[in-house]
Amino acid sequence: MADPEIKSYEPHHESQSAAVTESRPVRAVLMAVAFAFLGIFLVLPLIVVFNEALAKGVGAYTEALASPDTRSAIRLTLLVAAISVPLNIVFGISAAWAIAKFEFKGKAFLTTLIDLPFSVSPVISGLVYVLLFGAQGLLGAWLKAHGIAILFAVPGIVLATVFVTFPFVARELIPLMQEQGNGDEEAALSLGANGWQTFWYVTLPNVKWGLLYGVLLCNARAMGEFGAVSVVSGHIRGLTNTMPLHVEILYNEYNAVGAFAVASLLAGLALVTLVLKTLLEMRYGAEIAATRGH
Amino acid sequence: MTTAPAQAGWRFRQPSVIPGFGLTLGFSLAYLTLIILIPLSGLVWRSAALGWTDFWAIVADRRTINALEISFGTAFAAAAVNVVFGTLVAWVLVRYRFPGRRIVDAMVDLPFALPTAVAGIALTTLYAPNGWIGKLLMPLGIKVAYTPLGIVIALVFIGLPFVVRTVQPIMEEIDREVEEAAATLGASRFQIITRILFPGLAPAIVTGFSLAFARGVGEYGSVIFIAGNLPFKSEIAPLLIVIRLEEYNYPAATAIAAIMLALSFLMLLVVNLVQSWSRKRYG
Repeated sequence: MADPEIKSYEPHHESQSAAVTESRPVRAVLMAVAFAFLGIFLVLPLIVVFNEALAKGVGAYTEALASPDTRSAIRLTLLVAAISVPLNIVFGISAAWAIAKFEFKGKAFLTTLIDLPFSVSPVISGLVYVLLFGAQGLLGAWLKAHGIAILFAVPGIVLATVFVTFPFVARELIPLMQEQGNGDEEAALSLGANGWQTFWYVTLPNVKWGLLYGVLLCNARAMGEFGAVSVVSGHIRGLTNTMPLHVEILYNEYNAVGAFAVASLLAGLALVTLVLKTLLEMRYGAEIAATRGH
Repeated sequence: MTTAPAQAGWRFRQPSVIPGFGLTLGFSLAYLTLIILIPLSGLVWRSAALGWTDFWAIVADRRTINALEISFGTAFAAAAVNVVFGTLVAWVLVRYRFPGRRIVDAMVDLPFALPTAVAGIALTTLYAPNGWIGKLLMPLGIKVAYTPLGIVIALVFIGLPFVVRTVQPIMEEIDREVEEAAATLGASRFQIITRILFPGLAPAIVTGFSLAFARGVGEYGSVIFIAGNLPFKSEIAPLLIVIRLEEYNYPAATAIAAIMLALSFLMLLVVNLVQSWSRKRYG
């Protein structure tokens, strides 16, 4: 093919691999654009959170965090995460064991179903529980007759949180355990270990960093979930307000310091999550599922 | 082959010495059914119970149509922005070496880790007329906060990692030798990028786009603060669901949710088709 643009190859002198990279000015421009974009979209919002939280000084900041409503929101968020994360750990390990260690019909379909919550709007994740447990819901009348409160109470918040954080642990463990194969387990079993011992002393140590990675992401989402929890919570101050919901209430009351003070705790959680996640990737990259991202 | 008993045609699972299949699969299925499948089928059942006329009346309502248009339109715009800048960020992270690259790389995941409500109030404060960025845009006559443009900004924030994290690993896998070969054969850098690199990245870019788009359509927390939430102008579909719920108008909330889910799945289907087409086209 005669292409008029093909000219004789001219050697460049900027670097050894000039032929397969951009010229220095182009590189500089591309990097500047990328950094400006990241600065505006990622760094500035983060700075704003801490700047607004401390806008009226450290005293106002600590005072905002000490208010009883804020304290109860923090307690509720910790409680919800403490219930929903372990539930999803047990599910994640169990699902990964079934999917990674065995070959069975419908496996691909099951794996797809596990990812389903990621493609559902958080608001819809909350809505489905309202339709189930709400006053006009399928089980609403029965629950009311038996005096069981799920909606606008802690169980509803836990359920909505479990729904949105459902796939995190499983989708981290499944590819990791598939990659590791069954050899270690078969060896342990042939040496006389029972199933539980095999899991506890062979499989779990093999996947511990991957598991921690999944738990980290699961926990960050569990503590930060807003949409789904907002729909089922009923926003009762001091009772069913999680930290993200409390941020909304304070913000809508024009209490900027209060809202950003609580937000700064959540932003701190996000930063700690990112640091731990990066450390895990750097140190145990090989022992974490090859799939990156979410 | 071995003298194993004759393979009985259909078999639910391959034999294995590893125990615990029944227990783990049983538990997983039960948990999946209770937490995800029953509640979701409740939604389908409720919207089916509405009947076609009622369902259509709710969906064809001007306010619903507007909210859906705004949700899908802004999510599309934000995903398009992210395709451009996300690919650029991935390129810079994969190809260039600079101090602090590891930190920049880690920062890309911030939108995954930062609670959406926090992102929402931070972005609103930034882009409000008296905010750091809003103040700069004011003299130019650009209003971001409390307009659909604000929604796009929030969704760009939310969607960025989806594009970067989908494109980045594929970029890392690109064989540099192919580029070198093209260069020695006289291809210009532009030709290498458009004819060799881009075709290889196209499926990943499409996937990143669709993930960012799907997430943007359903996004709620980061949007409601910056959107201003004016019906017909900057009211997103998830917010309309919440509004209908607060009015105890369950049928309307259900119908909007059902149409949103249907449209999202339709979109994912289209994306899958585009993707298989681009795989065939570009190998």
